[in-house]
Amino acid sequence: MAKRLSRPKKIRVLPGFKLTLGFTLFYLGLIVLIPLAAVFWKTSTLTWPQFWQTITMPTAMASYRLTFGASFCAALVNVVFGLIVAWVLVRYEFFGKKIVDALVDLPFALPTAVAGITLAALYSEHGWVGQLLTPLGIKVANTQLGIFIALTFIGLPFIVRTVQPILEDLDPELEEAASSLGANRWQVFSRVILPMLTPALLTGFALAFARALGEYGSVIFIAGNIPMKTQITPVIIMGELDMFDYGKATAIAVVMLVVSFVLLLSINVLQWWTNRYNTHNLA
Amino acid sequence: MTPVATTFHMPHAVHRHTTSEPPAVRGALIAVALVFLSLFLFLPLVFVFVQAFAKGIGYYLETLHDPNAWSAIKLTFLAAVTAVPLNCIFGVCAAWAIAKFDFRGKNILLTLIDLPFSVSPVIAGLIYVLVFGAQGWLGLYLNADNPQFPWLANWLNDHNIKIIFAVPGIVLATIFVTVPFVARELIPLMQAQGRNEEEAARVLGASGWQTFWRVTLPNIKWGLLYGVILCNARAMGEFGAVSVVSGKIRGQTNTIPLHIEALYDDYNFTGAFAMASLLAFLALITLGLKTWVEHQNAVQNEIEISQ
Repeated sequence: MAKRLSRPKKIRVLPGFKLTLGFTLFYLGLIVLIPLAAVFWKTSTLTWPQFWQTITMPTAMASYRLTFGASFCAALVNVVFGLIVAWVLVRYEFFGKKIVDALVDLPFALPTAVAGITLAALYSEHGWVGQLLTPLGIKVANTQLGIFIALTFIGLPFIVRTVQPILEDLDPELEEAASSLGANRWQVFSRVILPMLTPALLTGFALAFARALGEYGSVIFIAGNIPMKTQITPVIIMGELDMFDYGKATAIAVVMLVVSFVLLLSINVLQWWTNRYNTHNLA
Repeated sequence: MTPVATTFHMPHAVHRHTTSEPPAVRGALIAVALVFLSLFLFLPLVFVFVQAFAKGIGYYLETLHDPNAWSAIKLTFLAAVTAVPLNCIFGVCAAWAIAKFDFRGKNILLTLIDLPFSVSPVIAGLIYVLVFGAQGWLGLYLNADNPQFPWLANWLNDHNIKIIFAVPGIVLATIFVTVPFVARELIPLMQAQGRNEEEAARVLGASGWQTFWRVTLPNIKWGLLYGVILCNARAMGEFGAVSVVSGKIRGQTNTIPLHIEALYDDYNFTGAFAMASLLAFLALITLGLKTWVEHQNAVQNEIEISQ
C-alpha cells in the first residue's frame, strides 16, 4: 500500500485518451458487439434439443464436412504454391516481377461476386478452362472441386503476404554458415530456412483457412449449391433465412461463430509466435 | 579505391554461389509460380473484360445505362461514402488510444477490432436482421402492443423508415464488414512511431489538435491512405452481408454486386460481366494505388533515415 502511494502518479502529456477510447468502445459496441450479441440472444429462444437438432441436421452436417474439408485442402495447396510465389518474388529477378507482385493481392481487391461468376464461367463445360478439362473427365462446375478452386483463389494472398516479409528479413549469414559447413542447397532449405518460415506459414495457413470457412460470394456461383453435395455452411444459413426461419439460421451461425472465435484466438497466438521468432532472429 | 572494391566484391560473388539455387531449379520455380498465378489470377481478370465486351461496346454501354444498373451504382457509392469516412474516424481514434496510451485490456480491444474479419459475411448480415428485422430486438419492441417509447415507434412508422430490406441496412452491413481496415493499418504504424514527437510538440506549447494535424497526421498519411483504399474496395464489393439485408429489390436495394447476381441469374452473362468489369476496374485501380502508396511510403522512410 505504502509502495503504491509513493509511486509518482503518471502524467499524461498527450490529450484525448478518454475521448478516443470512449468513441472506439462506443462505435465497436454499437456496430459490432451489440449486433453480434443478438445472435446469442436469438439462440437462447430455442430449447437445447431444438438447438442440437438444428445444428446436427444431415444437410448441416454435410455442409460442415464440405466447408472444413475444402477450406483445409485449399489452404494447404496455398501453403505450397504461396511459398513458391513468395520465394520467387523475394529471391529472383525476372521480367514483370513488379506487376506480378502487385497482382498477388487481386483476390483481396476483386469483389467476391465478380470472382464467383468469373470462376464459374471459366470452369463451366464450355468455359476457357472447363472445355479443356471436360475431355479428361474432370468436372469442376457444380462439384466440390469447384468449391476448392474458389477457396484457393481467395486464400492465396494470405500465405504470400505473411511469408514474404519474413523471407526478406532472413539473415543470409545463416545460409552461408550452413553451406560452408557442407550442407547442400536442399539441406539448407529444409533444415535452416523452412524451420524459420514455419510460424509464418502456419499463420498464413490459419488466416486462409479462417477466411475460406466463412466465404460466400466467390463459392456460390461455381458450387451449384446441391443439398448434401455442394452446399457450404453459409449457404445453409442463407437458405434458412430465405424461409424466414431465423431460429435455425442463428443456431448454425452460432456454430460458425464459435469456430471463428477459436481460430481468431489461435491466429493471435501464432502471430505473437511469428513476431517473437522474427525479433529473435533480428537480434 | 580499386582494391577496396575488389575485396568487397569477392565475398559477394562467393555468397551468391553458395546461397542460391542452380539455374535449372530457379527457372523451374519461376515457371511454376508464373503458371499458377496466370491460371488463378491473370486468366480470370482477362476473362472478365473479354466477356464484358463479348457483344460489343454498344451492348456494354446499354447495360450500364439501364436504370437498374444506374441505381445500383448510386447505392454502392452511397454505402462506400458513408462507411469509409466513419471507419476512418474510428480507425484514427482507436489507433490514437491504443498507440499513444497504456491501459489494461489493450489486447482484448485489438482482438475485438479484428472481429468483423473473422465473421462470415452472411452472419454479418444476419446479425442486423436479428436486431432490426420484424422478428428482431427492435422489431419486436416496435410491434409490441404497448411500447415503452410510443413516440419512437410512431415516428419510425410515420416516416416509413425501414432498416432491413432497405438502404440503411445495406449501409450498416457495409460499415460492419469494413470496420477493421483503417484501424488495422494505423495501429501498428503509430505504435512503431511512438509518442516522442507528439510529446515534444505538446511541451513546446501546441494544442492537442495542432499536435494531431501538424505532427501525427503527416506521419501517418500514407498508412491512412492505404487503409482507406482497402476499406473502399471492400465497401464497394461487399456481397454476402449486403445480400442478406438487402431484400434485392431491383432499382431500389441492389448494389453493383447484387445487380451482377441478378443479371447472372437471368442468364444475361454479358450484362453480368459488363457490371463486373466496373468492379474489376476498381480492383485494378485499388492495386495500382496500393503499389503507389507503398512506394511513396518507402521513399518517405528513406528520406527520414538519410536525414
